[in-house]
Amino acid sequence: MNASVSAIDIRGVSKVFGAGQHAFTALDDVSVAIRENEFFTLLGPSGCGKTTLLRLIAGFEFPTDGEILLSGKDIALLPPYDRPVNTVFQSYALFPHMSVAQNIAFGLEMQGRPRAAIAARVDEMLRLVHMEDLRNRRTSDISGGQQQRVALARALAPAPKVLLLDEPLSALDYKLRKEMQIELKRLQHETGITFIFVTHDQEEALTMSDRIAVMSKGRVLQVGTPHEIYDSPRVRFVADFIGEANFLDGRLLRTAAGEARIALSCGGEIDARLPEGLSPEGQVTAMIRPEHAEIVTDGGPRDLEGTLENVVYFGTDTHFHVRLGSGNPFVVRLQNGPSSSIGLMPGGRVGVKIDEAAAKVLRD
Amino acid sequence: MGRAAEIAQSAARRDVRNRWWLSAPALTIVLLGAIAPLFVVVLYSVMVKGSYGDVKYWQFSGEGWFSVFFERDMFDNTLSLADAHVSILWRSVKLSLLTTLVSLVVGFPTAYFIATQDRGKRDLWLFLITIPFWTNLLIRTFAIQEVFRNEGVLNSSLLWLGLIDQPIQIMFTEFAIMLGMVYVYLPLMVLPLYASLEKFDFRLAEAASDLYARPARVLRRVIIPAVRPGIIAGSILVFIPSLGAYVTPKLLGGGKSLMLGNLIELQFGQGRNWPLGSALSITLTAMVMLALVVYVRATSKTGDSSRG
Repeated sequence: MNASVSAIDIRGVSKVFGAGQHAFTALDDVSVAIRENEFFTLLGPSGCGKTTLLRLIAGFEFPTDGEILLSGKDIALLPPYDRPVNTVFQSYALFPHMSVAQNIAFGLEMQGRPRAAIAARVDEMLRLVHMEDLRNRRTSDISGGQQQRVALARALAPAPKVLLLDEPLSALDYKLRKEMQIELKRLQHETGITFIFVTHDQEEALTMSDRIAVMSKGRVLQVGTPHEIYDSPRVRFVADFIGEANFLDGRLLRTAAGEARIALSCGGEIDARLPEGLSPEGQVTAMIRPEHAEIVTDGGPRDLEGTLENVVYFGTDTHFHVRLGSGNPFVVRLQNGPSSSIGLMPGGRVGVKIDEAAAKVLRD
Repeated sequence: MGRAAEIAQSAARRDVRNRWWLSAPALTIVLLGAIAPLFVVVLYSVMVKGSYGDVKYWQFSGEGWFSVFFERDMFDNTLSLADAHVSILWRSVKLSLLTTLVSLVVGFPTAYFIATQDRGKRDLWLFLITIPFWTNLLIRTFAIQEVFRNEGVLNSSLLWLGLIDQPIQIMFTEFAIMLGMVYVYLPLMVLPLYASLEKFDFRLAEAASDLYARPARVLRRVIIPAVRPGIIAGSILVFIPSLGAYVTPKLLGGGKSLMLGNLIELQFGQGRNWPLGSALSITLTAMVMLALVVYVRATSKTGDSSRG
């Protein structure tokens, strides 16, 4: 396998459910390449097509159009049992009539491995997920977190080329979820298997992934590292879905060397970074993250002007909701210091200062 | 004794009394409708047979039970195994087991098909399954005769198509009895199977398939273990009435292929041997009980193994 071949290469894949009037396009001409040994996340709201894409890779559904290459070979029409791909299901789908060890051994047995090899591999997997003590338990007699580990061990045991994870953490409580996030990263690192992870939780996606594909309405809007996705969203949906964002409309005045000068419709002018390969004209939208702006109360320099509507305290930081002159909302987030007390009351006039190079022009 | 303890005791006493009152109707029906007649049958089986049917009351004899399995030669009084009875018993068991097996093989795909339909369509299919129940068994059996007989629908169409040049003799064979019983009892197999399959989480089948199991192994390793209670329940529901079937073997088997039910009827009718008829009935009941014991064992075993 040479390094330039992707683990999974999805080329122009569409999936239409039903026909005629009731036809529903779940995936619309999706192309995305997932590299070897990558923790790749499909992120999007429910109904965006991320689970459908995962099911196409697993073989539970077949594409209406397009190719799915696994290490360069088209697998789009192969049945699930002929693909070196395993899935961790959202519901875990553990076999209720089998013990923990029997569940883990199932895939190996179906592959026809020798008995001794199966036993050794099951032991190895039980160690990997720290479940040695519970090997003979029924899957219904163990906790949700433990079931999760068994599901992982079962899917990893046959050493698939790609592991698919369909929102595997959504059924766990917050603390366990945090633990399993670290656990999953460790497993991916130790096994060296390509992970394709589906989630609607942007925080999960940002903390765990090597790269993220943000999906909406059956399309992939942007693929990039968590840093790229958060810092340089290309479209409004991505900026809005990942973290919080303020959007300001305006008219492009001039562009030079990746910088744009925009006359805002709410009054005032700002400089905004222009993404590569974008040469817009006329009306544009600029995006500013809440943590990249400050509230100005004295006569200091300011980019925007408005009324402070609300102050929300979050412990680590405080959110200031400002209503700009044009009626647009604008949120500023300030990190709280050891004894900080801004002492601002809602209702007063405030200014907003945007950080250097914090505003970005979106491809709308 | 404190006042509180007194109140508690009288409440407990009242509770017990209420339970007896509430269960009285059910107990009455069980006593009068099931236990009392069964007791009468047991009693008749150990009495001396009357000359024109009936029994000679309070004259006890083992003759009834004896002739279930043995017969005395008319002339030299030697004993031999009652071949006719044994072969009828064996035929009943064999045909009932075959009926159960064929119903399972036909019923499983049917139930699977219904369980995998859209939720709204399932009711319609279940409804269609129950349609045969709308007509009297006797009439349905005559209808089957009309299909199977030498000049019937099946044979005349096969002849017309040129697939055969002589009608196939189906009527009055054991095969006809079995087909008839499969037809009659198939819904009793499909319904419990459907109930099990409907609860089955088909994501488990996906998971097995994802783990390299081909369809036949998904069925054997994941689906069948999960729907085992339904398979056992359906098998029992088909096996028990098949064992005691009366109308179907009588109409489709003719006089040659008797089953237990027909033999019993014969003893109370033409045979005028009520003690033997009663003993045969108790034998049938015992066989049904045996089947139920197997069923209870089999289902409780699934419960046991879930604690492996």
